[in-house]
Amino acid sequence: MPPHGPMKAPAKPKNAKGTFKRLIGMLSEHRMKLLLVALCIMVTSGVSAFGVYLLQPVYTMIGDLAAEYNATGVMPALTGLMRLLLAMALMYAASIACSYLLNRTMMMLSTSVLNRVRKQMFHHMEDLPIRYFDQRTHGEIMSRYTNDTDTLREFFSSTFPQAFSSLLSILFTLFFMIRLNGWLTLLVILLMPLMMMITKNIGARSGKNFVAQQKAVGALNGFIEETIEGQRVVQVFCHEEKAMEEFGKRNEDVRVAGTRAHTFASLLGPIMNNLSHCNYVLVTLVGVIMIITSRNNPDSVFSLSIATLLAFLPMIRQFSQPISNVAQQFNTIMLALAGAERIFDLMDEPVEEDEGYVTLVNAVKDEQGRIAESESRTGMWAWKHPHQDGTVTYTELKGDVVFEDVTFGYVPEKTVLYNISLYAKPGQKIAFVGSTGAGKTTITNLINRFYDIQGGKIRYDGINIEKIKKDDLRRSLAMVLQDTHLFTGTVRENIRYGKLDATDEEIERAARIANADFFIRHLPQGYDTMITGDGANLSQGQRQLLAIARAAVADPPVLILDEATSSIDTRTEALIEMGMDSLMNGRTVFVIAHRLSTVRNSQAIMVLEHGHIIERGDHESLIAQQGKYYQLYTGMFELS
Amino acid sequence: MQFFRLLKYAGKYKKYLILCPIVMIGEVVMEMLLPTITANLIDKVIPESAASGNITRVLLYGGLMLLMALVSMGFGMAGSRLSALGGMGFSRNLRQAIFEKVQKYSFKNIDKFSTASLVTRLTTDVNQTQNVVMMLVRMAVRSPLMMVMAIIMAFRMNSSLMPILLVTVPILLLAIVVIMSKAFPRFQIMMKKYDALNASVQENLIAIRVVKAFVRASHEKEKFEASADDVTATQRAAERVVIWNGPIMQILMNGSIIALLWLGGGQIIGGSMQLGALSSFIQYVLQILMSLMMLSFLFVSFVLARASVTRICEVLDEEPEIESPENAETEVEDGSIVFENVGFSYSGDASNLVLEDASFAIRSGETIGVIGGTGSAKTTLVSLIPRLYDVTCGKILVGGKDVRDYDIHALRNQVAMVLQKNVLFSGSIKDNLRWGNENATDEEIVAACQASAAHEFVQSFPGGYDMDLGQGGVNVSGGQKQRLCIARALLKKPKIIIFDDATSAVDTATDARIREALRKHMPETTKIIIAQRITSVMDADRIMVLNDGRIMDFGTHDELMQRSTIYKEVFTSQQKGVA
Repeated sequence: MPPHGPMKAPAKPKNAKGTFKRLIGMLSEHRMKLLLVALCIMVTSGVSAFGVYLLQPVYTMIGDLAAEYNATGVMPALTGLMRLLLAMALMYAASIACSYLLNRTMMMLSTSVLNRVRKQMFHHMEDLPIRYFDQRTHGEIMSRYTNDTDTLREFFSSTFPQAFSSLLSILFTLFFMIRLNGWLTLLVILLMPLMMMITKNIGARSGKNFVAQQKAVGALNGFIEETIEGQRVVQVFCHEEKAMEEFGKRNEDVRVAGTRAHTFASLLGPIMNNLSHCNYVLVTLVGVIMIITSRNNPDSVFSLSIATLLAFLPMIRQFSQPISNVAQQFNTIMLALAGAERIFDLMDEPVEEDEGYVTLVNAVKDEQGRIAESESRTGMWAWKHPHQDGTVTYTELKGDVVFEDVTFGYVPEKTVLYNISLYAKPGQKIAFVGSTGAGKTTITNLINRFYDIQGGKIRYDGINIEKIKKDDLRRSLAMVLQDTHLFTGTVRENIRYGKLDATDEEIERAARIANADFFIRHLPQGYDTMITGDGANLSQGQRQLLAIARAAVADPPVLILDEATSSIDTRTEALIEMGMDSLMNGRTVFVIAHRLSTVRNSQAIMVLEHGHIIERGDHESLIAQQGKYYQLYTGMFELS
Repeated sequence: MQFFRLLKYAGKYKKYLILCPIVMIGEVVMEMLLPTITANLIDKVIPESAASGNITRVLLYGGLMLLMALVSMGFGMAGSRLSALGGMGFSRNLRQAIFEKVQKYSFKNIDKFSTASLVTRLTTDVNQTQNVVMMLVRMAVRSPLMMVMAIIMAFRMNSSLMPILLVTVPILLLAIVVIMSKAFPRFQIMMKKYDALNASVQENLIAIRVVKAFVRASHEKEKFEASADDVTATQRAAERVVIWNGPIMQILMNGSIIALLWLGGGQIIGGSMQLGALSSFIQYVLQILMSLMMLSFLFVSFVLARASVTRICEVLDEEPEIESPENAETEVEDGSIVFENVGFSYSGDASNLVLEDASFAIRSGETIGVIGGTGSAKTTLVSLIPRLYDVTCGKILVGGKDVRDYDIHALRNQVAMVLQKNVLFSGSIKDNLRWGNENATDEEIVAACQASAAHEFVQSFPGGYDMDLGQGGVNVSGGQKQRLCIARALLKKPKIIIFDDATSAVDTATDARIREALRKHMPETTKIIIAQRITSVMDADRIMVLNDGRIMDFGTHDELMQRSTIYKEVFTSQQKGVA
């Protein structure tokens, strides 16, 4: 197998603008909802700024009324004040309704976008070629469904609307501040560059330190996974002390990096908070001076009333809060963009190509032996081959496989199979033997086109497999692979995987063929026993038996068994073989096995070495030849 | 409570965790005094100064307020630093404690937790707990103090307006309780669906070849769609409740503002209150509501982290099954092994034994083959020798002494075992081999690799013995991995070496070469070989035939060929056709 590529560390987006556009494009079908959201945000941020602004007339009115009472001694009518407050209340009510509407719409919108992202990603992933999975670790692909999708959720449900709202708040507040008092506003704005600079500086440091922390955490988690995975080996080798020491080093790295990252991240809060206090103090001082001068000189351009100052002061908070928010939101947006970029990368990965046009159809044979297509399931299959001149020919599916001079390498520069030629007649059992890495598994991966060959031809029932639709080609083959993988579900469902419309009877028959029936019946719930975590509750041998049953129920003309019986003891294997013999009857079978007893009764045995077939023939002739096969088979006798 | 038990792991970082809330007090006090001082400034100082035209008092006040802001900033920054130091230190120590505990586990303990669950506990769960601790030190003192101070300050300012809190606070508390109690179970359902979704992705990644080989992509897509829709539906159900949080909070805050403006306005007009005081009073009331909200967040994250805390405690509370006795033996005399009526059960239940009544003796230096079907207890039997598990009944002697009397490390250093499910670690080949013997010289390493038929292919690698293996040893094939694992065990130069189906992916000829090398280079060492292939064991001094947890026969190849039907059956099934 080709080696895995290195893990990619979370990084800044490479093309922030393009990714952002594409992300927003995902929202385009929800245009009306977005419009609603935008309107709601405008109302809420407008009202919150206007609410603070309204304090000025309220305070002025209260001040005037107090003065009137003071002067006349008669309690003045409060209807004016009441009307003003009622208007404020109504405005707030509208804003609250909008904020609820906004949150709810955004929630529905973000969940449906996420739902679509997940589905699109999965659909696309299922169609990617095997090569894609070879080159990446599972964790790397998995993190697109977990971490990256999470940051995206954060982006859609909160960051995106909040950033918009912050920007609007800044504008609205600025507008009302200017209306209250231009000079004080100027003072606040003059302090802005300082705040921006601090925010940017700390933000950058915090970002850098978080990347460092992520790296340290990645190293630690890698070590944890590896060590816990190999915990038994650690114990057998008394390596506990060493492991703890190594762990301690990485753990300390995480602590140091984490302390830095968290310090910077939480510094911004108190700094911005108190800077706005300072701002507040400065405005107060200047304001007081203005009040005093305006008392002495009411016509001065700097005139200011106490009520205006009182209304202005909360504006400062209203103004500085969204500014520091925007800085933090910017970081989150960058993270989301980096995540989105990785998700889009997966979605843009080219899918498995399929130029095949020959399909597999149900067929019937008339008296003259001519094959015709049939609507219903007939038990007989044929390749439907449309030709360029418009004619269609049908070829019966038999399982005749021919390799002509096949050359292949996982990467073009490194050939692993050289000039492989072989002929498998329907019903024949062909075996591949040879040491690890000789190319046995690779050959079988070419028959079902997990990989495409670089030279030569493979024909299936006389048709070049490149012309056959991949799905139909694979449907005509069943594989039992070296590593057995099962799915969450019952035993029955797992066997049914081979043929989705199999009846319970067919499933049990397949299980009997694979000799799995006996142990399945001894499971707590028999065929309805749940299999969890890739079959962790079954032994390796039992899992292999299920995989064989799964292939048996598929009932295809060609079987590929890759080390299918390596973890089953010889006696059980002998039992399976008896069942397999009836299963293999009339089928073409490709077998790969280390254990030569498994391959002995094959019609043809290919001995592979370094990608070449060095010997071929049946068991007797190969033994008689006294070559490599003989050595492998009798290796022990020679040396003893 | 379990959570506070975990806090003791803070160790030397405890001082930060204690200092942080104290510093936070400073920040809160400053923050709380500011509105009062502002009120004073506005209501008294400004009118007086305006009247007199003398602004020295205003400047004084301004200076005081700036100083307070700076002090508050200092406290706030110190708090950030301290909480980071304390929180990260705490999680460092907790992680270390969990990891060290796992290192003390016996195989039985490891069986109990799955590998994935141990990893989650060391990563995600520790992170969750750390976040709560950091939140706790910053909020647990700050929020209640803020609330109490705000109440006191507001009360001192104007007690007649206080009843407004009697209306808003109960409503807020009620709303929080109702929302949390409704949302919490819904979030739990959502998390379960989310886990299922991730599990199905993982499954598809692992089994992508099966999916493709059986052309089941559309089937898997359908399954995934259902799962994704489940997540979306449950997520919406949960969030639909939570989004009420915002509006309720806003109603209370804005309602308070308007009510205070109306009531306070009336008092101002009546002359019993001043504008500055009202403005500050409003700020205090808002702060009270905010800190209540903060406290409820704290409570929620506490509850959410409970599951993580429980899982961590499970690991820490697990008692290591196997430990060295006091005054342990540290010398293993020789490689002799004696089983006396040994019985074993993984659950410790003597009535349901996996291995029954095993009695035999092996002389030092003998080569023993073990064969038997799946589930015949081959692995179980050999695992008892280096005391990976303790016998349920009977006893085992190694070098003439009970294995339970040895120091665990001394025993395992002399009993090497090449496991069936073996792993290599990231690092160079040499690093991996040195697991067997830290101080092994290059010559010793090469010799071990020659014996395990690994030297040849290692040399063909770019970089040879210094080639990096990558995580989990991904850069070598199955058979190469097994041979490296054997070399690693050989480097220990043990008195007993056990091969548990250790050459299953190695071809017959190489397998034979390895056995020949062992015979030549380690004549003193007792060798136990479990194998499926009969050729791997038939040249052993004696062969043990196991079936269904019982020793059926024990003898030489020739003897067994005469008297053991099982052995004969296996032999003929594997060897027929060989001349």
